[in-house]
Order: sequence, then structure tokens, then C-alpha cells
Amino acid sequence: MADVNAKGVLTAPIFQNNPIALQILGICSALAVTTSMSVSLVMALAVIFVTAFSNLFVSLIRNHIPSSIRIIVQMTIIASLVIVVDQILKAYAYEMSKQLSVFVGLIITNCIVMGRAEGFAMSNTPGMSFLDGIGNGLGYGFVLMVVGFFRELLGSGSVFGITILQTVQNGGWYVPNGLLLLPPSAFFIIGLLIWVMRSVNPEQVEDNEFKMKENTKPKEAV
Amino acid sequence: MAQGNNSIKKVLIVAFALCIVCSVIVSTAAVALRPMQQLNQELDRKTNILNVAKLYEPGMDVEEVFSDEIIARVVDLDTGEYSDEFDPETYDSFEAARDPASGRTLSGDQDIAGLSRVENYATVYLVGSEDDPEQIVLPIRGQGLWGLMRGFLAVEGDGNTIVSITYYEHSETPGLGAEVNNPRWQAQWEGKKIYAEEGVLSPEIHLTKGGASDEYEVDALSGATLTSNGVTNMLQFWLSEEAFGPYLAKFRSGTEPEDAEETDTNFEDVEGA
Repeated sequence: MADVNAKGVLTAPIFQNNPIALQILGICSALAVTTSMSVSLVMALAVIFVTAFSNLFVSLIRNHIPSSIRIIVQMTIIASLVIVVDQILKAYAYEMSKQLSVFVGLIITNCIVMGRAEGFAMSNTPGMSFLDGIGNGLGYGFVLMVVGFFRELLGSGSVFGITILQTVQNGGWYVPNGLLLLPPSAFFIIGLLIWVMRSVNPEQVEDNEFKMKENTKPKEAV
Repeated sequence: MAQGNNSIKKVLIVAFALCIVCSVIVSTAAVALRPMQQLNQELDRKTNILNVAKLYEPGMDVEEVFSDEIIARVVDLDTGEYSDEFDPETYDSFEAARDPASGRTLSGDQDIAGLSRVENYATVYLVGSEDDPEQIVLPIRGQGLWGLMRGFLAVEGDGNTIVSITYYEHSETPGLGAEVNNPRWQAQWEGKKIYAEEGVLSPEIHLTKGGASDEYEVDALSGATLTSNGVTNMLQFWLSEEAFGPYLAKFRSGTEPEDAEETDTNFEDVEGA
């Protein structure tokens, strides 16, 4: 980490260094919870909370964590935070926690949280780590909201539960696309999103490590 | 990182201290928030019972209406009689099913709803008077496509005419199987009949593809065959003699014929309400 400044740490992960779109982390939960926007939003908030505070706590005790058990230590902190979030949701947003069901618990295994704790918080100050956690959570949330928007609009004809396209089941004209309600569609949308983001920022395009040879010309083959 | 961090002593101290701190935080959160969570669950259950009985309106005081309108009773599924052995407020049929003393294991061909165990006593919710209820709300559950679906079925006082069905817990595919909670689909259930013949305990009601043609058929959910099968199976199970069949039989026929007729005349009122 050459230069670490508050603004960069907070905003870079949203577009330039998005955890999902560039680092391709945390895809699993992005597939599972993005069928509706309100669920995506709550999930994003939960992840922001967990990454921010796990980064903070890991960073606070980073000089005392023995390197041999550092992953376990990070995991314990993350798992505790996730359980607290789950309990809070059950108490104050019961409907939402019913819809998110197991996916809140699965934040524990979200690679973004772990990746930031190990990759950033272990070697930076608590304040910076906290901001980095918020930034990466926002980057995750941004992708979730975009994917959620398309899946909910095209899959159920609504946005945040408000009907935009009246579906046939409810007497309207729009035939919802069932595929968009199933997890594979999130793959397609994330793929398209990565394409868009790399077209806008060409420096995100990775070096071609495995360059294929040009096709052999028919003449040479003979 | 200091070298001293990796000594066995330091490793143990850090691990132990971290575990203590984290467990205190987690247990504090769990204990402090539990009353709130139970309140939520209770409220959710009551809302669903009112909802299925078509008494629910957004913004109403659920607790108050529930205590005014609904009488909870525990029923012995074997005989169909009310039992005062358990307090309906605290009786948890889900727990009871798992306890060998208060539940039983279903054999393969009985277990069409995929429950594996069922309780001997179940809580029912009565709307109106206890002896001559306007509606009876029965808890039902069974396997859907992805997991257990739990819900309520509201039946008219004649023990045969369906008012509505709702699921308060399921994990079906959004937009397909999760349409079990679509009000338009639920509305089809109103007025459907459960049993075809007098005195028979096996229910006739089922979901069917390609349009319901009589009063024992309800349109299946399009694109959700396995969820639809699950709904049919759990109704077939819970309304059979294994579960609520004997209880509903009391309302359907014999015991108090005058009452049964009276309920029939109430039918229009209830529907209009």
C-alpha cells in the first residue's frame, strides 16, 4: 500500500477497484440475494457493517495477532459480527431477515470481508481500515443494487416492490422473464457489468496471460 | 510483526482472550434481543392467522384484534376432540412433533407431505364462538421444492369450505413457487370444497394444471410443479384422518345437525365480510 488516503480508500473500491467487478470476490451471495432490490439493500448494509467493523477490530489488534493463527482470529471476529447483525435483523427487521434467511449467516464466508481483513486491515491503521471496509462494502452494495435492479425489474416487473411493469399474473401485459429470478441470471448481469466497467476504464483490463496462437492457416496445415 | 507474537504463550493468550470477548458480545446480543425477536415471531404468526381468516387490515392493532376475535384451542388429532392438557398460548406443535412422547413417526406411505414426524396434538384457531365457529384456522406444513413450507388454511364453520390459504414460512423460488403468497392465486381458494363425500375422511381438494374445472380443484402455480405438488400433498395429509380429518368431521356432519345448517346460512355473511 504505497499511499493510503481517506478519500481514495473510501471511493476507490466503488468503481476503480470494485471487489466484485475487478477482484471477482463475493460472487456467491451476489447471486443469491439479488432477486429483489430491498433484500439487496439490506444485504449490502449488513456487509458494509461487517466489513467496516471487522476491519476496525482486526486492525486494532493487528500487532498482537500471532501470524500462525491470524486467519482463525479474523474469522472469529467476522463470525461474531455476523451473528450480531443476524440477531439485530431478527429483532428489528423481521420480515427482511425472513427473506434473507441463511444468507446473512453466509456473510461469514463472503470473500470480501476476509480478503479486506487479511489484505488491508492487517497492515493499516484502524481508521483507514474502517474506511476501507465501508468503501468495499459500498462497492459490493453498488453491484448488488445494479444486479438487483435488473433482476427485479425484468423478473418481477417491479422496483423496490413497486410495480413498474404490470405482469400477466396480475392482469397486466408484461410477461416476466423467469430466468432472471434464478441465480444464473446474476452471472450474466455481473458479466455484462464487468464488460461495461472495463470498457469505461480500460486500465482494468487484465493482461492476457494465456495468449492463444493465431489460427493455423489451411495452407500450413497441409 | 513482532517475533514474540508467535510464542506458544502468546498464541494461547490471544486465542483465549479473543474467544472470551467474542462470546460475551454474541451472547449479550442474543440474550438482549431475544424478547424482541419472540415478539416479532408471535406478531408475525398472529398477523398470518388474521390474514388467512380475512380479518387483517393494514395498520390495525394485531394483538388486540387477535385476542378479541380468535380463540385458540389444542386438538387431539387422533380423536378430533379438544384437549385441555396443553395451554394453546405456549403449546408448540413443531417441538411436540419431535418429542417421542408427544409425536409419532410416519411410515413411508402415510408421509406424503414429507414431514417424517407429526405431533399428536395441534393448535387450531377459531373465529367466532367456540362451539359454532365461523371459521377454523388450521396450521399446515409440508415439503415444497426447496424446503419446508409452513402456513395456515382457513376453513368455514361447515368444516368443508375453504376460506383462504397462506404460507408464512417457505423457501420457494421467487416469482414461481413463491407465488403461493400471491393474493390473486390465494383468492382462487375461496369457496373450494375439501371433501367430496359425506363421512369420508380423505380429502378431494388438489391443485391441477390447465385450469380448475370443479370445486375440488385449484389452478396449480405455473412453472412451479414441485411446489404445487407440495401444496397438494400437505393438504391431502393435514386434512386426512392422519391429522385434522376427525376434527373437521365433527363440523361437517353428525354431531349437531342444526348447527351445521345454521353455519350454512352464515356462509354468505362471512364471504361478504
